[in-house]
Amino acid sequence: MTTTTTKKGRFGRFGGQFVPETLMTALQELEEAYDKFKNDEEFQNELNYYLKNYVGRETPLYFAERLTAQFGGAKIYLKREDLNHTGAHKINNALGQALLAKRMGKNKIVAETGAGQHGVATATACALLGMECIVYMGAEDVKRQALNVFRMELLGTKVVGVEKGSATLKDAVNEALRHWVTNIEDTHYILGSAMGPHPFPTIVRDFQRVIGDETRKQILEVENRLPDAVVACIGGGSNSIGMFYPFVEDSDVALYGVEAAGHGIETGKHAAAINGGQTGVLHGAFMYLLQDENGFVQEAHSISAGLDYPGVGPEHCHLHDSGRATYVNITDDEALEGVKLLCKTEGILPALESAHAIAYASKLAKTMSPDEILVICLSGRGDKDVHTISSALGGDLT
Amino acid sequence: MSQLKETILKTTANGDKAFVPYIMAGDGGLDKLQPTILKLQELGVTAIEVGIPFTDPVADGPTIERAGERALAAGTTLRKVVETLQGFVDQVTVPLVAMTYLNPILAYGVEDFARDAKAAGIRGMIIPDMPLEESEIVHPAFKAEGIALVQLVSLASSSERIERLTKASEGFIYAVTVNGITGARQSFADELGEHFKKLQSYTDTPVLAGFGISTPDHVRNFGAICDGVIVGSKIVDSIANDDWVTIEELVKASKVAPVK
Ligand SMILES: Cc1ncc(COP(=O)(O)O)c(C=O)c1O
Repeated sequence: MTTTTTKKGRFGRFGGQFVPETLMTALQELEEAYDKFKNDEEFQNELNYYLKNYVGRETPLYFAERLTAQFGGAKIYLKREDLNHTGAHKINNALGQALLAKRMGKNKIVAETGAGQHGVATATACALLGMECIVYMGAEDVKRQALNVFRMELLGTKVVGVEKGSATLKDAVNEALRHWVTNIEDTHYILGSAMGPHPFPTIVRDFQRVIGDETRKQILEVENRLPDAVVACIGGGSNSIGMFYPFVEDSDVALYGVEAAGHGIETGKHAAAINGGQTGVLHGAFMYLLQDENGFVQEAHSISAGLDYPGVGPEHCHLHDSGRATYVNITDDEALEGVKLLCKTEGILPALESAHAIAYASKLAKTMSPDEILVICLSGRGDKDVHTISSALGGDLT
Repeated sequence: MSQLKETILKTTANGDKAFVPYIMAGDGGLDKLQPTILKLQELGVTAIEVGIPFTDPVADGPTIERAGERALAAGTTLRKVVETLQGFVDQVTVPLVAMTYLNPILAYGVEDFARDAKAAGIRGMIIPDMPLEESEIVHPAFKAEGIALVQLVSLASSSERIERLTKASEGFIYAVTVNGITGARQSFADELGEHFKKLQSYTDTPVLAGFGISTPDHVRNFGAICDGVIVGSKIVDSIANDDWVTIEELVKASKVAPVK
């Protein structure tokens, strides 16, 4: 397969394990535990039980008729990850890893969060399974996503604001890594995207591939064929790799990853690691990275906290190099248009992250014919974003 | 044998313990680098670990992280540190060990960096986010310039891994004394003595203890069970406060004979 993890956790030249020595043993343990449980029937049954009865899977693959008419091109389907419990795809991974941690005998969880969706998902899984949870969140994001901070606290999680660096997602990852290094014996780190050191990119992808697996099955049921194109937004890359992975071998299915262009790539204020970065090492992986000529990591900029990360998961970097997937970008303003469009045509308020996929699909669909099929991964719902959306549109919600 | 290892062995041969202070290059401005290094070598340190600031120093605790933020704010980069060191390399009599995260080296260009680092008096490298398994990207270039690649060995590592790291480490073995990040601490686990014995049984390369060592007693206690110490956060704080008395006491604690 094009994307099989090689022994050292590489996807082509990307990935690896660039972490302090203190973490190497924990990563090895995690890899061994994961190898043992990923094919364990009892573990899979337990996970599937919760995915069905607790998360509410499978999620619909919804034919968006009015959006299709509005775009005037390909037939549009929405994969409704926004309908998951807690409102985004993040719960698929959080629950999977929490169950894995339990089996590893680790009852304490640390996580980072950007938009707060992964934090809420992890806090939820920990409440469900009776585990102790601490979530690091950039102080900027604590402000932008106050609702999710409150939700996490209600769920019994300790939320720690990180004032360091740019006070966003990358700094939250730094703190979560430090916390993990210091508490390695009883704590598991639930990394929230398909990034970081091996084996995280593989584990997260495997827990998210349910998105693509379901989509594949569902589209075959209703259309009796595979889609012509699939579109998903890229933060660290988890909803997108989960959607893409089951289609990677189907070369007729075009894969589009949508990066956040913020104010525009040419302004330097963006979060498009593949389209606007160079290769480098951060948070355990060799990947495309926003950095200056000195190798210092640069701040990412996006209206969407969940895309506001200077790197991108290594498997996407490889899919880009190999040409199997195409990485495009969408600005803040275009994403806001995407939000409005989906609200008005379909009655669905998308997360700002997902709105990037909507906005790109609106361009792509027009270039396709009515008998072609385009699937958009609607990774989450936008309730968490109403304050940001309101103020971006000149309103004043308080 | 690397020059770094040779220097440390010379120190321990006469009964002293190696003392390696960590400084953050650019903390207080790069102008401070030369006087700081010269003063430290005057106090009789064995080698000097020169920290390069990074935007995302995941292996560092608050003291060194803050020093790094100050250094970054002062415009410090890997390239500028190398240039500054080259400017007074003929006055430096102790080996320098640079500690930097990997990405600045990749951005510099591994071969270019190795060549320039050697000309700057750098004889050893510590890269905290590059475990042995990933070291092939830099090792050949460092080897070609005679720069020792120092491995960190953590308490959390398995015995098999500890043996492999200890044998692979060049210059010295950086034995991390705690599970965690850099920073001053009160107490250390009792089983450390055994741990150090095991490390020393694998190799004749000196074993130095680091992370959390902050008092003359720590220096003496670790000196009794290994070949010397690396002192980071305490030195960084003392230099920032211009407190050379504290530094002198720490260095003295590593010597059997009085400093000349
Ligand atoms: C709804 C939603 N979509 C997408 C993302 C981006 O993450 P990823 O690229 O890992 O899917 C986030 C991250 O917080 C999110 O909350």
